[in-house]
Amino acid sequence: MSANPVKSRLSRNRTRSAWLFLLPMLVTLFVVAAWPLGRTVWFSFTDASLDMMSEARWVGIRNYLEYVDFGGGEGQYYGLLADARWWRSVWNTVLFAVVSVSFETVFGLIIALVLNQQFRGRGLVRAAVLIPWAIPTIVSARMWAWMLHDQFGIINDMLQGLGLIAEPIAWTASPDTAMIAVLIVDIWKTTPFMALLILAGLQMVPGDIYEAAKLDGIPAWRVFRKVTLPLIMPAVLVAVVFRALDALRVFDIVYVLTPNTDATRTMSVYARENLFDYDQFAYGSAASTLLFLIIALITITFIMATRMDLEGKRS
Amino acid sequence: MATVELTNVSKSYGNVEVLRDINLSLEKGEFVVFVGPSGCGKSTLLRMIAGLEDISGGELRIDGKPMNDVLPAQRGIAMVFQSYALYPHMTVFENMAFGLEQARLSKPEIEARVREASKMLQIEALLDRKPKQLSGGQRQRVAIGRAITRDPRVFLFDEPLSNLDAALRVDTRLEIAGLGERLPDTTMIYVTHDQVEAMTLADRIVVLNGGIVEQVGTPMELYEKPASQFVAGFIGSPRMNFLTGPPAKAHGAAVYGIRPEHIALSRESGDWTGRVVLTERLGSDTFVHVDVEAVGAVNVRIEGRSEIHGGDTVHLTPDPASVHLFDNRGRPLAG
Ligand SMILES: Nc1ncnc2c1ncn2[C@@H]1O[C@H](COP(=O)(O)OP(=O)(O)OP(=O)(O)O)[C@@H](O)[C@H]1O
Ligand SMILES: [Mg+2]
Repeated sequence: MSANPVKSRLSRNRTRSAWLFLLPMLVTLFVVAAWPLGRTVWFSFTDASLDMMSEARWVGIRNYLEYVDFGGGEGQYYGLLADARWWRSVWNTVLFAVVSVSFETVFGLIIALVLNQQFRGRGLVRAAVLIPWAIPTIVSARMWAWMLHDQFGIINDMLQGLGLIAEPIAWTASPDTAMIAVLIVDIWKTTPFMALLILAGLQMVPGDIYEAAKLDGIPAWRVFRKVTLPLIMPAVLVAVVFRALDALRVFDIVYVLTPNTDATRTMSVYARENLFDYDQFAYGSAASTLLFLIIALITITFIMATRMDLEGKRS
Repeated sequence: MATVELTNVSKSYGNVEVLRDINLSLEKGEFVVFVGPSGCGKSTLLRMIAGLEDISGGELRIDGKPMNDVLPAQRGIAMVFQSYALYPHMTVFENMAFGLEQARLSKPEIEARVREASKMLQIEALLDRKPKQLSGGQRQRVAIGRAITRDPRVFLFDEPLSNLDAALRVDTRLEIAGLGERLPDTTMIYVTHDQVEAMTLADRIVVLNGGIVEQVGTPMELYEKPASQFVAGFIGSPRMNFLTGPPAKAHGAAVYGIRPEHIALSRESGDWTGRVVLTERLGSDTFVHVDVEAVGAVNVRIEGRSEIHGGDTVHLTPDPASVHLFDNRGRPLAG
């Protein structure tokens, strides 16, 4: 009995120092994340514009949805939720995220499996694979813009040389291929990141169970399906979430590679256009707020659907 | 009839030869222990028999058939790893059934085999658990159980007890000995660096040292007629005394070996006289370390308790019939 008060004082102390250690991070998070986010949400319910932010007035949900009655039974919906361009951007973003993350996961997995093998010069190859990831997005986007150029680009040149296409393709300019161009660049750039995260997961798998599988006579494909994949799944899922979060707010690649086309405009690009180019700060804020909600919704749904182990309880 | 036969087997990693000229013939149902110091190549030899390592030279036969190029799963062997090597994401049942499913056994057959093995090892209550919900000893049983379900001709163990605590080690050792008796047709090959495990488990012991076979024999043969100074020192606890001074010269040998239990200790008289440096009391035995002038440090084992203390002067008499003489290359001298 007498040990109890001592223990509880000790654990009170622990709790206090835990909060103390957390405090700087909480403050920082509040300043750099919660505060700007809160401001953005607030602006989305006002009529703020770039040059008169301080005089912003509350206007309710007008930026999101408003019915304007023209009289005589005529009328129309305005606002973000009624904006076809916005929904096109949402669709573009989701399409981009799903396709790019899927390809990156598959390619990343394959590369990770190769890099996990013992072979000569493995260290060098591992470093080399990372190069696309190390190049700043703006630089690689410009680089690819040149390679994909309709007249001077090397891609068209090679494809024509091989006789695969008759006419040069305006990869980034044509609405049919703009999304494909963006996807190619993003997959090229981000697959190494995926490979590295998955490789880390692969290296956690103990080597002896592969020997046990050999003695059990399990063929390679079944070992992969039944042993490797289940064991690296948690790592893969974490990598997918990271990438999906990234892909859903994609901006720089699209902005540099294919500016101003409906075919690739993403939510972030849409929000930026309104915030700064069209001087519709409140409307852009509304787009930003919706962007945040959509990303949160998709991420939470994914985490719940895959019953991901975020707290490390199961490992 | 021999189940496992090794003929001039060798193993090299690049230029480094880690095993050389291994010739062994293991009888069906025999319990054979490979013993030797760390790094002598025990695991490598076992893994070559399992098929996890290529055989660099020589031939391996199991039941008369050449096995050098046969896949591990087709050799009729099962192996228990030092680290258990259980599939972490599968239950105990799935761990045991995984290989059987691959071998296309029917569901009821798999059930029956797993039940039988788990009954034998008393792990029936654990079948639905994952490996990380088991204690070290329980994991080891599961690993052994998984091997049993394969119904192997040859059972391989690589230091299966080294991750267990002392008490559990003794229990599990007894169980493995029992397993050997319950599976009379299965040849057991057991790797350890612990000579006590080797002595208690083995029908025959293979002593390896530096990549070669030093001696093959029953535990008592190794104890009584070690084929080299290395074996004499390795087998038996506490270690044999090796004396190089006058006792060796008197017999025309380089080394004079006498086990601590073959020396009589007396307070009155004896061949050698010395001063007690240290006594170790184990209850059942007492080890007396004596510094004998002109002979060297001699360890003596006395049964039971003893009233001898450090600083006492004692007299020692080695049993002449139990003396082992070696030449300067560690080979035993006849006689
Ligand atoms: N992959 C390898 N490449 C090079 N040398 C190796 C390799 N594997 C083992 N060896 C060498 O082979 C020798 C025998 O190794 P082995 O693992 O068989 O020893 P061991 O007798 O099992 O030792 P321990 O009791 O410590 O397990 C050692 O000297 C080791 O350094
Ligand atoms: Mg070993």
